[in-house]
Amino acid sequence: MKVGLFIPCYVDALYPQVGVATLKVLRHLGVDVTYPKGQTCCGQPMANGGFESKAVPLAEKMENLFAGYDYVVTPSVSCTAFVRHHYPNLLKDSHTCELASKCMELVEFLHDVVKPDGPLGSFPHKVSIHNSCHGVRELGLSSPSEEMVAPFNKIRDLLQLKKGIEISEPERKDECCGFGGLFCVEESAVSSRMGLDKVRRHIATGAEYITGADCSCLMHQSSIAKKNGLQIQFMHVAEILAAGL
Amino acid sequence: MSKHSKKAKGFLKDARYSEWHDATFWAVREKRDGMAHGLPEWERLREKASKIKLHTLSHLDQYLEQFASQAEKNGAIVHWAADAEDFNNIVFGILSEHGVKKIVKSKSMLTEECGMNPFLESKGIEVVETDLGERIIQLLGQAPSHIVMPAVHLTPDQVGELFEAEGISNEPGNHDPTYLTYRARLSLRKEFLTAGAGMTGANFGIAATGDIVVCTNEGNADMSTSCPKLHIAALGLEKVIPDYDSLAVFQRLLCRSATGQPTTTYTSHFRTARPGAAPMHIILVDNGRSEWIANPEHWQTLKCIRCGSCMNTCPVYRRSGGYSYSYFIPGPVGVNLGMLRNAKAHSGNVSACTLCLSCQSVCPVKINLGEQIYQWRQQLPAFGTAPLGKRTLCEGMSMVYDHPLLYKTATGVIKKPFHSLKLDKDE
Repeated sequence: MKVGLFIPCYVDALYPQVGVATLKVLRHLGVDVTYPKGQTCCGQPMANGGFESKAVPLAEKMENLFAGYDYVVTPSVSCTAFVRHHYPNLLKDSHTCELASKCMELVEFLHDVVKPDGPLGSFPHKVSIHNSCHGVRELGLSSPSEEMVAPFNKIRDLLQLKKGIEISEPERKDECCGFGGLFCVEESAVSSRMGLDKVRRHIATGAEYITGADCSCLMHQSSIAKKNGLQIQFMHVAEILAAGL
Repeated sequence: MSKHSKKAKGFLKDARYSEWHDATFWAVREKRDGMAHGLPEWERLREKASKIKLHTLSHLDQYLEQFASQAEKNGAIVHWAADAEDFNNIVFGILSEHGVKKIVKSKSMLTEECGMNPFLESKGIEVVETDLGERIIQLLGQAPSHIVMPAVHLTPDQVGELFEAEGISNEPGNHDPTYLTYRARLSLRKEFLTAGAGMTGANFGIAATGDIVVCTNEGNADMSTSCPKLHIAALGLEKVIPDYDSLAVFQRLLCRSATGQPTTTYTSHFRTARPGAAPMHIILVDNGRSEWIANPEHWQTLKCIRCGSCMNTCPVYRRSGGYSYSYFIPGPVGVNLGMLRNAKAHSGNVSACTLCLSCQSVCPVKINLGEQIYQWRQQLPAFGTAPLGKRTLCEGMSMVYDHPLLYKTATGVIKKPFHSLKLDKDE
C-alpha cells in the first residue's frame, strides 16, 4: 500500500507541525508514506468563493502529482471533501478523476483503513472536539446532530487510544464555527460572532485544548480567542495522536 | 461587502438582541430534534417525502390536471394564474363579483410573494390578516422576518404599545402576552363577522380528491372560512401532492420540522363550500414555477414545504435575522428562491452561507440547499453580480498556486513551511 501525503497550502505555510505530526503517526503505524514535491493548493478557496474554473488547473496538477499512489492522505477535512465531491466534475472534460476515490482525510484513513487498536502513547489532558462541518456532513467523521442515526465519532474513537486523555464535546456539538473560507472575509461580522460563540462553548467544557481534524476551523477559532483574550490552546488531532510517539 | 453582510453587521451591533434571536431559533431547532428523535422512522420519512416530491414535480402536469378536475367535480371554481398580476386580478375579480369590501385571510407566503394585500388595498378593499403574527406586522407595516414565525423579531412591549395605539388593548402598560392575545382575539372576532370573504393559502392540494389542506395553530383559517360566505384558496403549483397516503408522510414531517410540535393544532381539509355559501374558489398560481422546474441545477428547490427548519438551523440566519436578506423569504431556502425569482436583484444573499450544510441535513424533503448556494456562486459572473474584490483575489490565488516556484517563494516569506523541511525517517 503506497500512500502519498497531501499537505494543503495553508497547512504547509502556517501549520507545518501538523504535517510533521501526520507523517509521524503514519510512519509509527507502519504506513509506507511519501511526500511528492511540487504541491500547492487543491483549489477549494476559489471554488467555494464562486470561481470554480480557477480550480481546474490545480485539480489537474493534483491528479498528476498523485498518480500511482493507492491512497492520498491529508490532515484536512475540507480539502478532502472538495477533492472527493468536486474533482470529478472539475475534470469531467479531460479525463476520469482518480484522486476523488483515493483521497482520504487522516482520521478516516486511520479509523477505516489502518484501524489501530493498541494504545498510541499518552496525552493526559482534557480536550474538546471540534466537529467541523465538512467532516460531519460530507466525510461522515461523526453522526450529524440533525440526522436521527446511531451516534458515532471517529475522532473520539482515535483519541481514546491516547492514555490519560479526557474527551468532551461542546454544547451544539456540530454547529459551524463560522470560518467558511472566503465567508470569513465577506461576512466578517457574522463569522466573528460564530467563532466567538464556538470558542466560548468549547471553553465551557473545561477543556485545555480544542482539537479537530481541520486546521482551518482551528485557525479561525484561535485568532478569535486571541483577539478576545480567551484562554484555551489549540491542537490538530494529528498532533495529539503524534504526541509522545 | 455583500448586501447581506452589511445588514448582518448592523443586526449584530445589538449584542443582547442578536443573542436572544440566535437562542430563540436554536431552541426551535432543539424542539425539532426532540420530535424527530421520537420517530424511529424519521430518516425513512425524509427519504420518502423527498421521493414523493421528486415524483410529483416531474409529473406535475398530470397531477395538476387531476387536482383541478377533482376540485371542479367537488363544486369548486378553479382558476389558473400565470403570474402575480394575473393572480391579483383574479382575486379582485372574484371579490368585485360578490361585492366584497373586506376580506379576512390566514397566513399565506404566496399572497406575500404576489403583493396581493397592497394591490387589493389600492382597489379600496380592506384586507385583514388573522394570523396573530401576521396581524401584528400588518399593523406595523412590516414584512415577515421568518416564514413560520413572522413577528418573532418583536418583543411583547413593542406589541403592547402597538395594540394600545390601535385601540386593540384597553389596559395601558399591560404587555402580558396572554392578555395581548386575548385582546387580539376580541378584535379579530369583529373582523371575521363583518368580512365578505375569507382567504386561505394551502399547505397541500390533494390531486386524488381535489381537497386542499391548511395547517394552523390558531384556528384562524377555520374562522376565515366559516364566518364569511365566500372562501378563496390560493396555492402555488408545487403544493399539489398525489394522494392521502402522501399527505400522511408530509403531515408527520411538517410540524415537527417547523415548530417541534407533533402536529399543528388545526389541520383543516376543504373540499367544497358549506351549504348556503358561495362556491369555493381555488387559484393555482404559477408565477415562475413552471420555468424553475426546467432549471437543471435548481428545480429541486420546488420540493420545499415551507417549514422554515432550514432558517432555524442556519447559523447565519440566526445571527443576522430575516431582514438582512433582500428576498422576502430569508435563510437557506430564501437565498435559493430569491435567486430563482431574480438573480440580479438577490445575488447579495449568496454570501450568507458558510456551506456548513446543516440546512440540507435538517430539511424534511432533503433539498440540497447548501449545494445549490455553492452552484449559485459559480453562476454570479454570468449574472454580472460577482464581487470584484473576490474575483481578483481568486485569480491571484490561482496564479500563485498554479506555479510551485512562485508558491514556494510566497510561503517561504511567511515562515518555514512544511515543504522546506527535511523529512528523513529518522528525523
